[in-house]
Amino acid sequence: MADQERQVDRRGFLNDTFRVAGAIGLVGLGGFVAGRRGRSDEMLWQLDPHKCIACGNCATYCVLDESAVRCLHNFEMCGYCELCTGYFEPEPPSLTSGAENQLCPTGAIQRRLIEEPYYEYTLVAELCIGCGKCVKGCSAFGNGSLYLQVCHDLCVNCNECSIAVACPSQAFRRVPADQPYLPKHREGTA
Amino acid sequence: MSGLRHGLWVLLLAWPGLAWAEQRFPPPDFSDHALPTTQFPGRESAAWEYVDLGVLALALVLATYFALYTRSRRALFLLTIGSLVWLGFVRNGCICSIGAIQNVALAIADPQYTIPLAAVGFFVLPLLFTLFFGRTFCAAVCPLGAVQELVALRPVRVPGWLEHCLGLLPFVYLGAAVIFAATGTAFVICRYDPFVAFFRLNGSLNMLMFGGGLLLLGVFVGRPYCRYLCPLGAMFRVLSPLSKWHVRIPPKECIRCRLCEDACPYGAIREPTVAPAPQERRRARRRLVVLLALLPLLVGGGWWLGTQLAIPLANLHPTVRLAERVRAEETGVVEGTTDASDAFRNTGRQREQLYAEALRWFDLFRVSGAWLGAWVGLVVGVKLVTLSMRRRREDYEADRSGCVSCGRCFWYCPEEQLRLGLIQELPAIPALAVQQEAGTTEAQR
Repeated sequence: MADQERQVDRRGFLNDTFRVAGAIGLVGLGGFVAGRRGRSDEMLWQLDPHKCIACGNCATYCVLDESAVRCLHNFEMCGYCELCTGYFEPEPPSLTSGAENQLCPTGAIQRRLIEEPYYEYTLVAELCIGCGKCVKGCSAFGNGSLYLQVCHDLCVNCNECSIAVACPSQAFRRVPADQPYLPKHREGTA
Repeated sequence: MSGLRHGLWVLLLAWPGLAWAEQRFPPPDFSDHALPTTQFPGRESAAWEYVDLGVLALALVLATYFALYTRSRRALFLLTIGSLVWLGFVRNGCICSIGAIQNVALAIADPQYTIPLAAVGFFVLPLLFTLFFGRTFCAAVCPLGAVQELVALRPVRVPGWLEHCLGLLPFVYLGAAVIFAATGTAFVICRYDPFVAFFRLNGSLNMLMFGGGLLLLGVFVGRPYCRYLCPLGAMFRVLSPLSKWHVRIPPKECIRCRLCEDACPYGAIREPTVAPAPQERRRARRRLVVLLALLPLLVGGGWWLGTQLAIPLANLHPTVRLAERVRAEETGVVEGTTDASDAFRNTGRQREQLYAEALRWFDLFRVSGAWLGAWVGLVVGVKLVTLSMRRRREDYEADRSGCVSCGRCFWYCPEEQLRLGLIQELPAIPALAVQQEAGTTEAQR
């Protein structure tokens, strides 16, 4: 009986030792990874517009019903073209804002005459679904001033971004939260 | 002007793919029009993560209190539903403690990565609680456990050999998840989270079918994900036996009435042992020595087998997949191109560069695969050793590594009924019969 009790004591002592060691190890590990911080408090998902090929996955692979990826417009780069290849279907019936002429499936781009022959194109964020059709048109034939970005008012910052997994050009990466966008710049100004 | 652009349009239609040529049309200089500025939508406050962390801590304290102190299955059940609703359906199951393993692994491996403080908390807190109080996190906090807890309606007993074999899977999954996270390849736990599609009410068909299948299975086999897949459960299995305070089936003394024997839907109740015969004890000791000697062999064999896994492991990496695809296209093995290979060609990078990069990943995965193999060998070896070790048990006890502290067994115990004042005195139990029965079942094994 005494032998058995001694055995129980020994096991209890070993358990105590392992438990305390484990707790210290866990807290130490937590402190180590928490203390090993870069220049930012947090990281958010963002896509590099220079790698983006506007394949359309952003619109469909996001876990949100409406994708967190939307199109942004750099007005400094824009040529204000009358025949905007981001706005119009190829070979449009006419250069008007009629739906049959527009590339955008949701009509999220507004077209406004500034002065002949220059038109300004503005995105309505609420309507954009991030399909990238305009981005593809603008990059292929225009100045590439339309580009996709993860918009952080919508993004829920999943642990692993579902679009990043589906992105064919590996354009997604985590960026520091204090600079959460990777905007396009006009050549020579970046 | 318009005509000229029309001409360009037709000319450029023949252009293959996307080419980067910016400023094809010089931006106009307006005299009386100010260019609008691009709006970058700001982020809503990250405070929710800290709310989640607070909810997690509170739920852990409550679960521990209900399981160990008040021993109330009803309160645990309500807390389970609460956790499922908040951490699951409201917060969409992200971030979770299981996935936080990967954040920690990546943070250790990659100094450039900044781990969210919430992820550190989600990783450390449940493990700390398990070290002291057993798996109360699994009982009523984890939303993945909660959804399975609710569907475990007709649990059957899983045969011991199957339980032990399948019980190795979580350790393999843990090893693989750590390797993929640390190399920055993928967060496989998140990618193959079976229930997150339900929490979001949105997901791919495959994941919905996987989750639905697990839930269906969970009606008959209690908590299949927790027992046979969950990598955090694997860590709990190691830590929980060290716990200082753990759920006990009887509130005080076990009277060995056997009423709780089949109460556990998760097969985590162990019956009392009987002392083995001397020759059996000698054989067991010899077996233990052999298995201990086998342990290094298993680890070494696992290491060697693991190096052979480099190709399948590396194929999860997007760069390696891309290199394979480009090579297959170049050598004519496959026809046509993919979005990924088109994108690569448009970057103008040399194929050789891509191949070299893919080969570097192969080398890395040869080493990682070896570690994974050694880990699996170690796990199998330690499992065999623990199976051949004998633990003396006088009472019906919860198996500390497998018990999730759900409290379903409390009600079966007459001591508990007595404590709650539902009965006035304990029924008389012929204790001898128990010993003999237990002896025969032990011998049959």
